Amino acid sequence: MYIPHTDAEREAMLRTIGVKSLDELFQDVPAEFRFPKLDLPPALTEMEAVAQLQELAGANENTRDLVCFLGAGAYNHFIPAAVDSLLRRGEFFTAYTPYQPEVAQGTLQAIFEYQSLVANLTGMDVSNASHYDGATAAAEAAVLAYHHFRGKRGKIVLSPSLNPMFRATVRTYMDGYEGLVLTGDEASVDPFLTPEDLIPMVDQNTSMVAVQYPDFFGRVFDYTALAKAVHEAGALLVVAVNPTALGMLKAPGEFGADIVVGEGQPLGIPMSFGGPYLGLFATKNDFIRKIAGRLVGETVDAQGRRGYVLTLTAREQHIRREKATSNICTNQGLIALASAVYMSLLGKHGLRKVAELCYHKAHYAASRINQIEGYSLCANAPFFHEFVVCCPKPVSEINAHLLDHGILGGYDLSKDYPELSNHMLLAVTEMNSKEEIDMLCDVLAEVNHE
Amino acid sequence: MSDPTIFEMSSPGRIGARFPEPDVPLAELPQEFLRENLPMPELSEIDVIRHFTNLSRKNYAIDVGFYPLGSCTMKYNPRVNEEMARLPGFAHTHPLQPIETVQGNLAMMYELQEWLKEISGFKAVTLQPAAGAQGEFTGVMIIRAYHRSRGDLQRTKIIIPDSAHGTNPATSAMSGFEVVPVPTDADGNVDMAALRAVCDEHVAGLMLTNPNTLGLFDCNVKEVVDLIHNCGGLVYGDGANLNALLGIVRPGDLGFDVMHYNLHKTFSTPHGGGGPGSGPVGVTEALAEFLPGPIAGIVEEGDEEMAPLYGWVMPAKSIGRVKSFFGQFGMMVRAYTYISMYGPDGMRSIAEHAVLNANYLLARLRDTYKVAYDRVCMHEFVLEGHFADAPEIHALDIAKRLIDYNIHPPTNYFPLIVKEALMIEPTETESKQVLDQFAEVMVKIAEEARTSPELLKSAPHNTPVGRLDEVKAARDLVLCCWVPDKA
Amino acid sequence: MNIPANLKYAETDEWVLVEGNVATIGISDHAQDQLSDIVFVEIVVSEGDTVKKGATCATLESVKAAADVNLPVSGKVVAINEDLAQTPEVVNSDPYGKAWMVKVELANPGELTGMMDAAAYEKYCAERSH
Repeated sequence: MYIPHTDAEREAMLRTIGVKSLDELFQDVPAEFRFPKLDLPPALTEMEAVAQLQELAGANENTRDLVCFLGAGAYNHFIPAAVDSLLRRGEFFTAYTPYQPEVAQGTLQAIFEYQSLVANLTGMDVSNASHYDGATAAAEAAVLAYHHFRGKRGKIVLSPSLNPMFRATVRTYMDGYEGLVLTGDEASVDPFLTPEDLIPMVDQNTSMVAVQYPDFFGRVFDYTALAKAVHEAGALLVVAVNPTALGMLKAPGEFGADIVVGEGQPLGIPMSFGGPYLGLFATKNDFIRKIAGRLVGETVDAQGRRGYVLTLTAREQHIRREKATSNICTNQGLIALASAVYMSLLGKHGLRKVAELCYHKAHYAASRINQIEGYSLCANAPFFHEFVVCCPKPVSEINAHLLDHGILGGYDLSKDYPELSNHMLLAVTEMNSKEEIDMLCDVLAEVNHE
Repeated sequence: MSDPTIFEMSSPGRIGARFPEPDVPLAELPQEFLRENLPMPELSEIDVIRHFTNLSRKNYAIDVGFYPLGSCTMKYNPRVNEEMARLPGFAHTHPLQPIETVQGNLAMMYELQEWLKEISGFKAVTLQPAAGAQGEFTGVMIIRAYHRSRGDLQRTKIIIPDSAHGTNPATSAMSGFEVVPVPTDADGNVDMAALRAVCDEHVAGLMLTNPNTLGLFDCNVKEVVDLIHNCGGLVYGDGANLNALLGIVRPGDLGFDVMHYNLHKTFSTPHGGGGPGSGPVGVTEALAEFLPGPIAGIVEEGDEEMAPLYGWVMPAKSIGRVKSFFGQFGMMVRAYTYISMYGPDGMRSIAEHAVLNANYLLARLRDTYKVAYDRVCMHEFVLEGHFADAPEIHALDIAKRLIDYNIHPPTNYFPLIVKEALMIEPTETESKQVLDQFAEVMVKIAEEARTSPELLKSAPHNTPVGRLDEVKAARDLVLCCWVPDKA
Repeated sequence: MNIPANLKYAETDEWVLVEGNVATIGISDHAQDQLSDIVFVEIVVSEGDTVKKGATCATLESVKAAADVNLPVSGKVVAINEDLAQTPEVVNSDPYGKAWMVKVELANPGELTGMMDAAAYEKYCAERSH
């Protein structure tokens, strides 16, 4: 336990306060509810707690032991040791939000560099200090678009190949805005539609169109024509990215994205059963004043020394209260730092290298699987490191077999797209060796013959 | 001196992390999609390690010294928590793995939900919200969904005391509600007459922080809750100050309907320089079906020989997702570790010592600084940072002078209802020696304010930079490093 | 503090200059002083909009505060000061000149009678300062 008081100190403190016991400090609490008996397990020492947590962790099968071909929004990548080594510095992880800039230049400069790295990776002008994750970043983009048009545009178009969790989160966030229609991803829509199919849905009442790059099925599209149509209608184009892919693919800024969001987990963050992750959020200069969340800016002190501060804070909830467009206080500080360290270490060459490794290995896997009897690739577009396979049996059945061989199979798309029964989404990263891919193919062939 | 940025340090051709060559036949690259320019830095590993290590040394942190930042509960972050969150079984599980392969994760989440319910007196808990602000949003959307499910569409107002965190009004507005403020009375409680005057059939709910941001437990809390319930509204508890209530009183017992927890305040998960937080939400039986999901649950009961099978359960009328996957899982591991090491008596001890420390500091400082609402406080209290005989000195100057004594300033200029507020929360993990030293420094600064005010005005003196030009930062916006490649 | 005699003032610190049936609107010297250094101005109405008295026509941000500028009169917006977005500092340096915000063609000139003259506004500011 971490309470340092000795009995003598406690007595002395109570005397200074002028009370006889700790209980006397709680007279304002209604007596009938005071000091409830809590039904919690008895306290453990550190040694016992470690044993208990190790037992829980040990009850999982993890991707250090399993061969992982599962992606769908969280990816198994190599994280250089230097990343966690820096995150463990108490000066970083036990600091608060940098409200006192003179004693928080470490956090502030790190976030400033993070903003720069994300802006450069996405090809946008500015990045904020991050949101909670990719899904909430997408939701914040919808909120920005709504307020950009002062609520006068009542339609949001969501591509059906935008991550289903992103779409669900956008819906929850926008539920309080009366008269808003979210469309484009209804059950009747073909999940594999192309960007051009979205164009007829865009009109003068549309505030934004959101697509993914590469999309949820791993496909890579050129969004230039869509961007043109969206801009002609006066609307905003929001592109959700996988940052790993941007190591080799054109930045969304190049084809006219107004806002780029994304799940930053692939940038050196452990999968950690879904969180904490990192919400990338970058925009063109036009929207700087409308970005929710923290922004760090460069300035000088009285002696002209360069320093960094939180800036444009008058937009935020603690000043604007009910007029703020978002209630967000935190960013994902430490996780943004992890990604900044990861991007700095890999740099220009490493980011390209990892992207190409993912690309080559995924294409090798796809071409081999396509040759197995009963299996076929069902995407007709270029893809990055994920692809959809049409399987001879339900995905859950195939995955059970794969698991028997120590393989974590792909994502069962029928969970989100009922019409896509027997469709599996597979992800391949630099972590997967040729041997593992060959083993996957062998087991898939075997399953079909059973 | 300012450190160069990683872009300024970059040297073309330098490599900080190497990866193997492909072991598969190469595929043709999609030429039309390849980017030509990747303006990222080029550094070696030692460049990166030194750079960020040097940056870290410019930070104040709990590990460095006393951090009495009111409302933020800057308690010690136990190291064992960090180790546990990094166990491969936790850190390297994919969120979409079959449930049979993640029974440890699910059992841990299930048990944490049970513990949070027990600690606060609620009937159901979701761990999904990413932070306190998102927990608030979740809670207010649950209130909205509850009224709508009953066809009660006239409830458009949320009442918020003026002592509330700014997030409360922002959250209510985001959720489509009109915000109705109520003032604080002379004792620092909610003004009951003003509250009665706004209670009607349009009230969806009240957002109450208790203890409030003055650090005071509202003496009329039961009456406040009853008033809202009697007009058909629900009561939201802002759990930011739960540290003062552990084992002392359960908000659920007081009649609160929904509340968020801040795992990063109350349950010792680190603040990380601004996140990640974690903001689970607890609710009454009547609201359980509206929680965001999925939630960890038992899908097959166990018996003496078989452990139960844990899995995912979706509440029947869920408001939907508020983020990807299941929440800030790594933070849950840390909070679980923390609670398991305190147990039931330890929980109460946390609150008792947090309140003891705050009252002790209040007793030592009340003769030197004006106390806005002077009565027994809970885990924090608010001083006024100005003196009649030193009119040029503001709370900000006192805050900056504290830095010269290697102490982190308290929260200043909040709550807004106190002039020149200095909001002090020592937490239970600070010893009497640390508190004594802080009290002595505060008294000394009060003397300096009269004898040498310029010392306060020009503070801090020994930091890497002095007070920064925030107007310049906002007018001449520079939000990205200068990058040679882009120029 | 500068309080020109030829203007009318609102309780929320906007000033109005009436020329013919067109009212020019900005914020007073007292208001800019209270807000401190203005870093951002956004005009939230457009030319041609029909606006009602009390509606927000602009938002201002300083480093530590934000404020809405409310219309003291109803009518049709005939001009907005687009330069302010680039030069927010003139709200501090020239609140009655370069920092005008919008011009409104008056729909109801009677609304002006409820506003303060310079002497009344000076008294009003003095009362609030303690």
